[in-house]
Amino acid sequence: MKKSLAVTLLLAGAFGAAASAHADPRARFMAANCSYCHGPEGKSTGAIPSLAGLEVKYFVDQMKAFKDGSRPATVMKKHANGYTDAEYEAMAKYFAAIK
Amino acid sequence: MTINRRDFLKASGAAAGVAAVGSLSGCASMGGNATPKVVVVGAGFGGSTFAKYLKTWYPKAIVTVIEPNAHFTSCPFSNTVLAGINKMDDIELPYAYVSKMVDAWVKDTVTSIDTKKQTVTTAGGKTFAYDKLVLAGGVELLFDKVQGYDAEAQKTIKHAWKAGRDQTGALRKQLEAMPDGGTFVMSVPKAPYRCPPGPYERACMVASYFKKAKPKSKIIILDGNPDIASKKGLFVAAWTKHFGYGTDNSMIEFRPNNQPRSVDANKMMVGTEFDDVKGDVINLVPPMRAAAITGLAGVRTGNDGTWCPISYQTFESTVVKNVHILGDSALTNFPKSGSVANNTGKMCAYAMSEMFAGRKPDPAPVVTNTCYSGTGMGTAFHVATVFRWNEEKKAMVPPKDANGVSKEESELEMAYMHSWATNVWSDTLALPASYKFTAQG
Repeated sequence: MKKSLAVTLLLAGAFGAAASAHADPRARFMAANCSYCHGPEGKSTGAIPSLAGLEVKYFVDQMKAFKDGSRPATVMKKHANGYTDAEYEAMAKYFAAIK
Repeated sequence: MTINRRDFLKASGAAAGVAAVGSLSGCASMGGNATPKVVVVGAGFGGSTFAKYLKTWYPKAIVTVIEPNAHFTSCPFSNTVLAGINKMDDIELPYAYVSKMVDAWVKDTVTSIDTKKQTVTTAGGKTFAYDKLVLAGGVELLFDKVQGYDAEAQKTIKHAWKAGRDQTGALRKQLEAMPDGGTFVMSVPKAPYRCPPGPYERACMVASYFKKAKPKSKIIILDGNPDIASKKGLFVAAWTKHFGYGTDNSMIEFRPNNQPRSVDANKMMVGTEFDDVKGDVINLVPPMRAAAITGLAGVRTGNDGTWCPISYQTFESTVVKNVHILGDSALTNFPKSGSVANNTGKMCAYAMSEMFAGRKPDPAPVVTNTCYSGTGMGTAFHVATVFRWNEEKKAMVPPKDANGVSKEESELEMAYMHSWATNVWSDTLALPASYKFTAQG
């Protein structure tokens, strides 16, 4: 019984998030690409930081800081080098909209 | 696993009146009201992720998943079981959540595929019609490429390259039973193979166990490749730092260009081109190719019939319409990693949801890989790459400096590796935020 309740809540969460994400599909896809490290919908289960709910400016500033090296990183400099400023912005908006 | 067959049959019936999704142009005219039938074969990192994201991004798709196993077993982290850091329980995860997201979840094995009639038939005698077929079966191991590696020998000699109790679990028991001072012989197939850094991580993990429990023991790596095939500098540094590599007292002996040609499970001997190598425990990973189901569909046509050529925009086979191939089976320049399988699942779900909605798939996708390896000594390191479509080269190419490895192993990256695992498991299997993971880093 416990399990089926969890599943119901999960499904509500997944579809709720999808519905709220009126972001364009490319932004949604790029954001989803982050989730294998940062957790589904940017909600991390461990030491890697969550992205859900971050302010747009903060997210974009961090990506720029990873790219120019002013924020030290393990993997993130490589990821930051792979995307454009416009793409940072698109992903930032997607994550900012997640409650 | 609940199949909910009645609902599935109802859904199939409802979809029967809808025109088959015949081609990209056919899709483009569907205008977002289509209820296409999508059959997914295999629920590993690729197939399960695809099914979850397609249902999220295009809920009207009628998705059936066919998977023979009762639960998911993670290959990433399976080397930690060999080290004794985790048990099989810790890397076994439920299909209970993702299976509820799709229209039907069938515990069965696909035995034939008719790409003209667009049907899939299972060992259980069921036939499923599809508009889109997604093949996510991982790899097929080619035991017959190693003389003597027959069904009888396989009872003793384990590959542990598809994680499971009869492989990873059995190999761990063999390592536990091995006396101190014994020799563990392991092999690396010629690239391309599943999980490029995996074998070298395995050497670290087993060495970390030996160092604690059986310090007089040795590891011989028989590598089919001319050199360490992934993260070379980092693995050599870890072997040197922790296991005496490069000294007379090294626990690890690395032998490049030593593809196993034969194995004798009674004499416990592996034959290479150069010599016969005796081991107390032998872990032989045979050559591999795209999953057997891709052969059934006639899509395993690349690289002399070993892997499946696909379009990067849709992951559709370049030779058979409406058959899409994910993860390890696909012929790409991506590493065959769990991360990539997870992300190719999303790339395909993205393209397909766009087509079902009456739009064109993204002509220039971007996708990433991040892959951690542990040393077994509380540290880890990574390789990370962003791949972007390059129209001139017609290929997925990393932009400048968007590809690289760790400077050095670290405890921080071990924490990230553990977090990567729980996040990618959650993402792939739609696990709830409250799910209690037991795997240790």
